[in-house]
Amino acid sequence: MAKKMHDTPNLDQLEDGPWPSFVTGLKDLAKDKDYVVDLLGQLEESYKTKKGYWKGGTVGVFGYGGGVIPRFTELKNADGTPKFKDAAEFHTLRVMPPPGMHYDTDTLRQFCDIWEKHGSGLIAFHGQSGDIMFQGATTENVQKAFDEINEMGFDLGGAGPAVRTSMSCVGAARCEQSCYDEAQAHRAVLNTFLDDIHRPSLPYKVKFKFSGCPNDCMNSIQRSDIAVIGTWRDNIRTDEALAKKWFVKHGMDELVNDVVSRCPTKTFQVKEIGKLKKGEHISTVAVSDTHGVEINNQDCVRCMHCINVMTGALAPGEDKGATVLVGGKSHLKIGGLMGTVVMPFIKLDTEENVEKLVDFAQRHIDFFAENALEHERSGEMIERIGLSNYLDALEVDVDPAMVNSPRMNPYVRTDGWDNEVAKINAKKQA
Amino acid sequence: MNQAVAAAPVAKRKPKETGVPDNKKYLHPVMAKNYGNWKYHDRPRPGVLHHVAHSGDEIWSVRAGTARQMDIFTIRKLCDIADKYAEGRVRFTIRSNIEFMVSDVSKVDPLIAELGKHGFPVGGTGNSITMIAHTQGWLHCDIPGTDASGVVKALMDELHHEFIREEMPNRVHLSTSCCEINCGGQADLAIIVQHTKPPVINHDLVANVCERPTVVARCPVAAIRPAMVNGKPSLEIDESKCMCCGACYPPCPPMQINDPENSKLAIWVGGKNSNARGKPTFMKMVASGLPNNAPRWPEVAAVVKNILTVYKEDARAWERLADWIDRIGWPRFFEKTGLPFTKYLIDDWRGSRANLNSSTHIRF
Repeated sequence: MAKKMHDTPNLDQLEDGPWPSFVTGLKDLAKDKDYVVDLLGQLEESYKTKKGYWKGGTVGVFGYGGGVIPRFTELKNADGTPKFKDAAEFHTLRVMPPPGMHYDTDTLRQFCDIWEKHGSGLIAFHGQSGDIMFQGATTENVQKAFDEINEMGFDLGGAGPAVRTSMSCVGAARCEQSCYDEAQAHRAVLNTFLDDIHRPSLPYKVKFKFSGCPNDCMNSIQRSDIAVIGTWRDNIRTDEALAKKWFVKHGMDELVNDVVSRCPTKTFQVKEIGKLKKGEHISTVAVSDTHGVEINNQDCVRCMHCINVMTGALAPGEDKGATVLVGGKSHLKIGGLMGTVVMPFIKLDTEENVEKLVDFAQRHIDFFAENALEHERSGEMIERIGLSNYLDALEVDVDPAMVNSPRMNPYVRTDGWDNEVAKINAKKQA
Repeated sequence: MNQAVAAAPVAKRKPKETGVPDNKKYLHPVMAKNYGNWKYHDRPRPGVLHHVAHSGDEIWSVRAGTARQMDIFTIRKLCDIADKYAEGRVRFTIRSNIEFMVSDVSKVDPLIAELGKHGFPVGGTGNSITMIAHTQGWLHCDIPGTDASGVVKALMDELHHEFIREEMPNRVHLSTSCCEINCGGQADLAIIVQHTKPPVINHDLVANVCERPTVVARCPVAAIRPAMVNGKPSLEIDESKCMCCGACYPPCPPMQINDPENSKLAIWVGGKNSNARGKPTFMKMVASGLPNNAPRWPEVAAVVKNILTVYKEDARAWERLADWIDRIGWPRFFEKTGLPFTKYLIDDWRGSRANLNSSTHIRF
């Protein structure tokens, strides 16, 4: 039995309603833990005053420089003692999840037992960077909890100017749209940079995210410095049985209005069966005895829409791989940036090919470490120096797939033009 | 005993730098068997995905909402349910929904009933409003302007109906962020703190707490400069330049940006990460000045529900919020939602000219 609960009239109002309540969860924990009784006390104070009361500090585990988010209370009595003394320290351990966030219940139960013993008993699945967040331990208990979690085969993630914990989608494990083995790429890349994860010494954070197809369920394009997004080069595959099944259920109106008219490049057409073209780059499939679908894949930008609507009837091709985009980030300091294409296509079907992605990531991190300013993200660095300088430095060939359009202003020194053309021609002949 | 003799140093345990663990042993057996060989999926009902592999194997995934910040009793309860129905395997989505994989269709309904009995809403699939991606807030963040879990709890209570059904034009992703850094990320609709006053500086603390050149460099509009205040080295702000972003607060906590009254909430719409149809989009601010009214933020909930209701009625099938606004245009968006279009919604940030209308394309 823990000590008496503080009055929490504000938080109590978050126990009503149909959605699961974290307040009810905290109160359940507070039955046994003075720690959580006082956590609720401080949180209620925040609800009253509309102020936060945690400050950072320096807490870690032996051997690592990051991965723990220290929190000390700033809610003090007049004599400087914490107002809620049992929750004066409330540190979080960031732990890297398995790719795709799959678990067995034995693992989750072990997490619970460890965190019941050493922590608050509150675990978040997951933080915005993808970490399992073990929320709330005293300075003394951080090491004990980490040791046990680490013995289970789990490791701390990144914090501060470090390579951060990554995320990958459910992908090949359960999704028909998966274009590469996300888990394999995720582990191959991240586990190359363990030193940069555990010992923050980069100019600023670096995030990788892995999405198996252009639906980008991991939001990699705007949330990661290096986004690896699955795609394919050959033709969309078709399945006539599933196409006909779809059409019986949805009909011509939906085919025209929801699919044909929403194709961004208008390459998706519906035609009478006899008028369907054949060709190396054309996918066709009958949806009924009279009508069929025709897609010229050379004009397809792999947006996924028709495949999302007619899943199974249409599917990504077989020459799969990924597009790599660099520079995604949020507002600070030059405004939000999406990642931009630096590798239009990379095969990831063998260990050797995955190693090429790892090699690119290594070159990016090396260049970033050398050239970024303090607190500058990859996208800001590239904006400052220009994409072509970045590509030069990483020895990546330019490609028109990297731009929406060629340059719009003439203010550029082009006396190297003939050399560049000669280089491109030499490469073509090689 | 000589008390001065130091205790023998305790050998500290070295971490095992194992990195990202392999997920293979955590996969449901049917998923492990058919890894990379799935053919298609459909949704037999809201909250349930049915995947079919090329081998003919099938798996049903039942998705349920959680509070994200979960106590160990709740997690153990979810484990009990997984052991009983889902062969002891679960996974989590990016929006903190939990998924139970079931290889026997006859277990789907009893699993849903069991989740319902314990208060876990089943839904969040397809064209529903799914769980809100959110941040730490007052519970754990060091710079929060508001709470996160509480805002989400209050809103998901209001949106529960749309979580458990698939009645929206397309999927709706929401996020909340407790400061302008926007850790919650891009979403169809986001709720983000918007400060309206420059930071209040505690000049007694700046010299001891803040690395002043770092703070000066952090300001996006160069509004901060070093200054001597009351004989102490401190910082001062050109308040005519300051746009109240709060970027100086994390490196310098004595520059308090959070204000119980003047830190407001803004609503943003039209973010999309997917490449489906159009390219990915950033969201745009459409409302601000909403009060930070804990514990249930009713004013915010009213604006959010209004926008989503208008979208639900007006958008066509498969139109995400951004696609819908692309079709109807921004003037109609403001007309239909009744939200005021103020001068603060005209972008003046780097690259903002791309957000102005350089054409005569106007819908009357």
